[in-house]
Amino acid sequence: MPTVSMTVNGKKVSGTVEPRTLLVQFLRETLGLTGTHVGCDTSQCGACVVDIDGDSVKSCTILAVQCEGANVTTIEGLANGSELHPMQEAFREHHGLQCGFCTPGMIMSAVDLVKKNPNPTEQEIRHWLEGNLCRCTGYHNIVKAIEAGAKAMGARK
Amino acid sequence: MYAFEYQKPKSLADAAARAANEDAKILAGGMTLIPTLKQRLARPSELIDLGGIAELKGIRKEGNDVVIGAMTRHADVAASDLVRSTIPALADLAGMIGDPAVRHRGTIGGSIANADPAADYPAAVVGLGATVITNQRQIPGDDFFTGLFETALEPGEIITAVRFPPAQKAAYMKFRNPASRYAIVGVFVAQTAGGVRVAVTGAGPSVFRQKEMEAALSKSFSPDVIKDVKQSPDGLNSDIHASAEYRAHLVGVMARRAVEKCG
Repeated sequence: MPTVSMTVNGKKVSGTVEPRTLLVQFLRETLGLTGTHVGCDTSQCGACVVDIDGDSVKSCTILAVQCEGANVTTIEGLANGSELHPMQEAFREHHGLQCGFCTPGMIMSAVDLVKKNPNPTEQEIRHWLEGNLCRCTGYHNIVKAIEAGAKAMGARK
Repeated sequence: MYAFEYQKPKSLADAAARAANEDAKILAGGMTLIPTLKQRLARPSELIDLGGIAELKGIRKEGNDVVIGAMTRHADVAASDLVRSTIPALADLAGMIGDPAVRHRGTIGGSIANADPAADYPAAVVGLGATVITNQRQIPGDDFFTGLFETALEPGEIITAVRFPPAQKAAYMKFRNPASRYAIVGVFVAQTAGGVRVAVTGAGPSVFRQKEMEAALSKSFSPDVIKDVKQSPDGLNSDIHASAEYRAHLVGVMARRAVEKCG
């Protein structure tokens, strides 16, 4: 079986995987990083979104072996010790979640949006979240949280 | 997924040699292939990942044409200043595919090689009269799509780039499936050096040109002239999302909106 090496949340990691192992399986089962969720497992819901080399990607739709040498950030890699990332803090402050299952993917997508578009409008936020589904339909507070998180990320710079 | 071997060749020649094995499958962005494998709808012995071949990536200008490498991602086409300034409708189309995470992986070569009847890129390839460049030859866009998930590609033939000539005016309008963002019907209209082109995706088993609309728009490029052109529902797709009759109706609506958008 091939060995795959990548950087996850700043740490170099490697593991022996079958070629058919998905990145999300490698993260959850090999590395024990269970913050990245498997929702639909059909590339639609976005609960599994992680950052790969600067772009948000659905980790259920990429093989671990395709990520050889990549730099991956998961929800576990956002906080600075006990200090939440401004987007995480904004989700908490604005109650941008109901059951919380979609939240890791929502936050990872939101951070990528703000990186590319530091002052998104409400419409741009909703458009960007097309690939992130909330089965509780809690979108209003998610959008409010991202608006606030974007401001907080801007202020931190 | 069934088990498979994984190879990531560094050169096109190596990839082509491996692709000659008919049990192997080429992996581009994987946005269709990986879900297909997960559903056990395909059982390749080997995946040949094109992600390690640098020459397949990037966007360049050749003369007046825009040449997009096969492994260029939708997000890169949507964000390209070169595409935006030369063929804005193409950048718009790329930005409407799937969702942001899908656009960060999906590629133009993968999209057209797969030839999904509801994919967006086929409408641009046919609508702009593009040329598909492979490791063996150049295929006119009009001859590339041959049926449902069928193309003119031979076994072992690999798309390296797509060459798009500029258009005087062009626009793409699609009626999206709200869940998948695939086109229930998408229409690409362009005024090109070779005349007006109207390419329809999503409606039939494969992208097609609406020649009656092309003829009418060649005389007068305005939405009114195609108001009375009737698209027949015969042979169009019918599924839980839309009947053939509804798709036929949408072809007219999307075509008129695209002409309007051309301004």
